Amino acid sequence: MFDRFVVVACVAMLTAFLGACANKSADGGSASLLGGDGSAGFGKGRAMPGTAEDFKSGTRDLVYFSSDSSDLTPEAQQTLVEQARWLQQYPQHQIMVEGHADERGTREYNLALGARRAQTVRRFLAQQGVANARLRTISFGKERPVAVCDDISCWSQNRRAQTVLGGAAISSR
Amino acid sequence: MTEFMTTFALTFLSLRQFRSASASALLRRAGVALLSGLVVMLVTAPASAQLTGRQSEGSLSPIPIAIPEFVGDNPQLAIEISNVVANDLESSGLFKPLDRASFLEAVRDINAPPRMVDWRSIGADALTVGRVTRDASGRLSSEFRLWDVATGKQLAGQRFATAEANWRRVGHIIADQIYERLTGEKGYFDSRVVFVDETGPKEKRVKRLAIMDQDGANVRVLSKGSEIVLTPRFSPTRNEITFMSYTRDQPRVFLLNLETMQREVVGEFPGMTFAPRFSPDGQRVIFSMQSEGSSSLFEMDLRTRQTRRLTQTDAIDTGPSYSPDGKQIAFESDREGTQQLYLMNSDGSGARRLSYGEGRYSTPVWSPRGDYIAFTKQLSGRFLIGVMRPDGSGERVLTEGFHNEGPTWSPNGRVLMFFREGQGSNNGARIYSVDITGYNERVIPTPSFASDPAWSPLLN
Repeated sequence: MFDRFVVVACVAMLTAFLGACANKSADGGSASLLGGDGSAGFGKGRAMPGTAEDFKSGTRDLVYFSSDSSDLTPEAQQTLVEQARWLQQYPQHQIMVEGHADERGTREYNLALGARRAQTVRRFLAQQGVANARLRTISFGKERPVAVCDDISCWSQNRRAQTVLGGAAISSR
Repeated sequence: MTEFMTTFALTFLSLRQFRSASASALLRRAGVALLSGLVVMLVTAPASAQLTGRQSEGSLSPIPIAIPEFVGDNPQLAIEISNVVANDLESSGLFKPLDRASFLEAVRDINAPPRMVDWRSIGADALTVGRVTRDASGRLSSEFRLWDVATGKQLAGQRFATAEANWRRVGHIIADQIYERLTGEKGYFDSRVVFVDETGPKEKRVKRLAIMDQDGANVRVLSKGSEIVLTPRFSPTRNEITFMSYTRDQPRVFLLNLETMQREVVGEFPGMTFAPRFSPDGQRVIFSMQSEGSSSLFEMDLRTRQTRRLTQTDAIDTGPSYSPDGKQIAFESDREGTQQLYLMNSDGSGARRLSYGEGRYSTPVWSPRGDYIAFTKQLSGRFLIGVMRPDGSGERVLTEGFHNEGPTWSPNGRVLMFFREGQGSNNGARIYSVDITGYNERVIPTPSFASDPAWSPLLN
C-alpha cells in the first residue's frame, strides 16, 4: 500500500506525463482523459492512480507499428518507457500484451505478425525492469481492428500493440 | 451423413466402355473443350504477362445439355433433384443446360427411347432423364440415363437408393456421373465446404464454423460464436476438421469430429498454434507454433501424439500444405525478408524457394492432382489468387482485386474457392469459385458474410 505522500507524488508525476502525451490521442486511441471514474480527491475527471483507467489515460497503453514491421519507433519506445515506469509503480497488476495487424495481409501471416509485435513489446517492457512473470502476450492478427474504415491512415491505427492490465481487453468472444 | 448408402448395385445400363473406339462425337467434343482450356493455360503462362494471363470469359464452349424435369411419385421432389443436377453442371462452366421451355418432347417414361430428332433440333448434344420414387422401405430410389443425342446411344445409366433427407446428394451424384462421363475427369459436386460464417460489426465480428454443400445449400453452423474461430480444414479421410480457436483466450489448433461434434485440442504447447492442415493420409496435422517473435512448422502424429519440429528460423513460417503423395510440404516464409513460397521434404530437409515473381506470396495449397500449387499474392496493394507448377514455373493469375485470399481446391483439382473482401467499413467477405483457367468466376451464396473456405474430398 502507498501512503498519502507517495500517492500525491504519483499524481503529480502522472499529470506531467499526461501533459506530455496528451497530443498522442489524436489518432483515435482507446482512452479518454475524461473517461475515468476517479474520485474527486485526485483531480476532476482524472482516473484513480493505479487503476486500469489511469494506465490507459493518454493512450499510454497503445503503441503503433509501420506496415509489416514489428520494430519500435522512437515514439513507441517512449510510450513503453512510460508504461514500464507505471507498471513498476503498481506491481499488483498482471499484464497482457495484445498484438494486432491491419487488414492488408493474409490471415495466418497476420496472426504471426501480431505475435511478433506483442513479443517485441514484452521484451522491451522486461528490459525496462517489468518482471517477466507478470507479462503474457496474445495475438489477434487482423481479427480485431479498432478502426474500421478503408484508407491508409485508418489501417495504421490497427497495426498496434495494446498493453492490458489483468488479461485480454479484447475478449475473443 | 455416413448412412448414405449408395447402392451402386445396378448396373450401368450402358455396357459401352468409356473412350471405346466408337467414342461419340460428343465425347470427342468434350475432350476438345478440356484440351483447349489446357492450351490457353500454356499460352498465357509467361511470367511477364501475369496480370494479362487471365482467360477471357466464354473461350470454352459449354456442352448444351437438356435436363428435363425428373419424374416420379413425388413430382416436386423429382423436379428439385433435376434442378440440382442442372445447377451443378451449369456452375462448372463446362455445360449449358438448355431452357426447358424450348423442349419439344415431354419425358414421361425414362425407359422409352427418346426421340433424338426432337432433342437435336433444339441444339442439345446430351440429354439426361431421371426418375425418383419411394421404395418399400420409404427410401428414395433414383435412376437416370444419359444419352448422346447425336448418335442416339446411351452413355450412362444408374439407379441408387438413399434416405430422403439426402435428396440433394442424389442430384450431386448424378451430376458427378454426367460430368465424369462427358469430360473424362472425376466430378466434384458431391462435396462440402467448411467455412467461417461472419456476423456483426467489423471491430467485433462474430465468427462461427459452418459447413455447406459445395453449391451453398444445407448450411449448418458448427460453433456458437462465443470464441473466434479461423481457418477450418477438412480431413482427407475422416468426417473431421481441424481449425484454430481462441478458447479461453488461448489461440490454439483443434480437431472437431463432425459426427460426434467432439472437439479436442491438438497438443499443449507454450505458444500460439495456428495454420493447421491434415496430411493426405489424415494421420497427421501440420501447423505453425509461435515462439518469441518467430513461428515455425510442426507436425503431430494423431495416433502417437508425437510432435516433430520441421523448421527452425527466426522467421514466420506458416501456411503449410502437403503434396498429395505426402512427400513434400509447401509453405510460406518471410525468412528472406517478405512472404514467399517454399518447398521442403516432409521431414523438414531440403527447403528451397519456389516464388520469384514480383510481390509477396502466401497461403500455398497443393492441388489434389499434384499439378499445381494455388496461392495468394500481394502486388501493388492488390490481392490476387494464382496458381503455379510445383517447380515454380507457369505462374498464372486467376483473379485479382482489393482483397482475395485463401484458395482451396475442388476434389478434382479443376476449380478453386477463395474469399473476397471489398473496400469499405461495412464490407465483409464472400466466398467465390473460379475455374483453374481463370474462367467462370461465381459467388457462392451464403446466409451472411463468409471466409476461410475449405473444400472436402468427394463424399462417396
